[in-house]
Amino acid sequence: MIKRTDYLTRLYGKPEGWTLALYERELGGYEVARRVLKTMTREQTVEEAKKANIRGRGGAGFPMGVKWSFMPKKVGAKPHYLVVNADEGEPGTHKDRTLMEENPHACIEGCIIACWAIGAHVAYIYVRDELHLSKERLEGAIREASAKGYLGKAPFGIDWSVEVYVHSGAGAYICGEETSMLNSLEGRRGEPRMKPPFPANAGVFGCPTTVNNLETIAAVPTAFGLGGEEFSKLSCLHGATDGGVRLYGLNGHVNAPGIVELAVAPTLNELIYGIGGGVLGGRGVLCAIPGGSSTPVLRPEELVNAPDPKSALNPWHGKSVFDVPMGVETMRLVGTMLGTCCVTVIAQGTDPVWCFHNLMQFYRHESCGQCTPCREGSAWLERMCEKILNGRASMQELRGLHDIANGIMGNTICAFGEGTAMPALAFLQKFRKELEEYVRGGRTRADAKLTVGEWS
Amino acid sequence: MPFALSPERERMLEEILERYPTKMAATLPLLHLCQEQLGYVSREVVDFVARRLELSTAHVEGVVTFYTLYNQHPVGKHQVWVCRTLPCALRGAYDVIAHCEKRLGIKCGETTSDGKVTLRTAECLASCGTAPMMQVDKQYHENLTRERVDVILSGLLGS
Repeated sequence: MIKRTDYLTRLYGKPEGWTLALYERELGGYEVARRVLKTMTREQTVEEAKKANIRGRGGAGFPMGVKWSFMPKKVGAKPHYLVVNADEGEPGTHKDRTLMEENPHACIEGCIIACWAIGAHVAYIYVRDELHLSKERLEGAIREASAKGYLGKAPFGIDWSVEVYVHSGAGAYICGEETSMLNSLEGRRGEPRMKPPFPANAGVFGCPTTVNNLETIAAVPTAFGLGGEEFSKLSCLHGATDGGVRLYGLNGHVNAPGIVELAVAPTLNELIYGIGGGVLGGRGVLCAIPGGSSTPVLRPEELVNAPDPKSALNPWHGKSVFDVPMGVETMRLVGTMLGTCCVTVIAQGTDPVWCFHNLMQFYRHESCGQCTPCREGSAWLERMCEKILNGRASMQELRGLHDIANGIMGNTICAFGEGTAMPALAFLQKFRKELEEYVRGGRTRADAKLTVGEWS
Repeated sequence: MPFALSPERERMLEEILERYPTKMAATLPLLHLCQEQLGYVSREVVDFVARRLELSTAHVEGVVTFYTLYNQHPVGKHQVWVCRTLPCALRGAYDVIAHCEKRLGIKCGETTSDGKVTLRTAECLASCGTAPMMQVDKQYHENLTRERVDVILSGLLGS
């Protein structure tokens, strides 16, 4: 169901929409943070956050309130930290950037409430270096909020302190992985750490740390403004603890790509045709990647098979997976992931093997190289794809791709390995015919197309 | 000659150091400051950062070689990055790249002979909804058309 809201996006496109003046006029300024700090204890704040059912917006979909509750109840000798993940770099994901550029004060207000909830006095927003405008807007918002006394010592006149700092990455997709981000923040190579210990016990600088995605944090003022339960009920998947509103993105072959705020959860078809204005050139959909390149691709011909009335997918039994609401659990049950719910739409007539190769180039480039299965596996996947595309691969080599991908799964320190292998296995399974055509010589790179029409 | 930060950047560094409980945490921000000043991270910059933050040069070198955005060699006056990842590719990124190569007379990874422009491809720059796109120095250019690319490149070459 498409239900448009504008809690996060009301200021998008407005002149000077990123300033405190507009944030105060349109979105209540920092009144929610003031109320939380003045009237709620740390425990009450975490409980309220749990009721909001905000599933992490970074891709894994972990409930935010539950994550906050993992932090030590008492602040001991080691200070607590909040680290906000704004290292947006998953191919097909372009939502956090819009929040930082057009509604930075919601991010800062969210940081204040989150710091209060987890007992932290410092938040670092880790922004990828390329997003210069985002950093500028966040820093501007921090200056404005500090000048008003919302940040720093005694915010809102309370005996407590909070600081928010922007920290630049330096061009490494892997730093979006939370433990890699912590290493990077400490001034090291951005290589992921073994877990446990989890960040809530030993995070940045060896101290208890909560890592939240930027959109997750930006949704916090809205959730507390409405009240946790009211916020959650905006979602049609409220019963499945997948609450509230979030940003959905559309890119690739749609007529109207972009970012839209909707109540959880529209279906893929609703997004593509109701929001995106359909596919370029009036074509049909070949496939769609639901939430960033690591989430397995879906084809519209795939049908939901859930005859058991107890199955959460049963209401959509026999329907296309493109007609299932895009929630964290529903997407998992159809064999993919919601991820960041920024959808890459690929039109009929596009060459899926070339798409596959393009993604494998990305993973090869971005593997940090720490674990052998990922470092070597991602390079092999890319080389084999290229060989297939150039019509020089054998059937045995095509079968070998499965073994390489399966050899990565579960054998790496972080989820980058799965993030590479899962989309590879999905392309192998769902576009077997096209891959075989390349091997047999029925399809060649010369005929392959990625675009609809010519770029001009 | 040993590297030194300009007085203004030295003040910025002091401010940065106050944000973190360790000096090491300033490694990435300080490398950015140095690169802004010199254009790339030279051997002397590595020595300077190591000395200033009380780290081994091996540590700093390790950081520099890990991250894509630290230039390990001198580059052109302007940096052009064209995103080539799938969402941009679906909207013509490979055509944008070919067009830039033709207009500049260089291949990706190279610098024009007058030293003005270095052309490179980038992996996803979080601009998928406004593809195809490219980054020129600190600025994003989105929804690129052939005409727009021509105007941008002419501006750079004439600068």
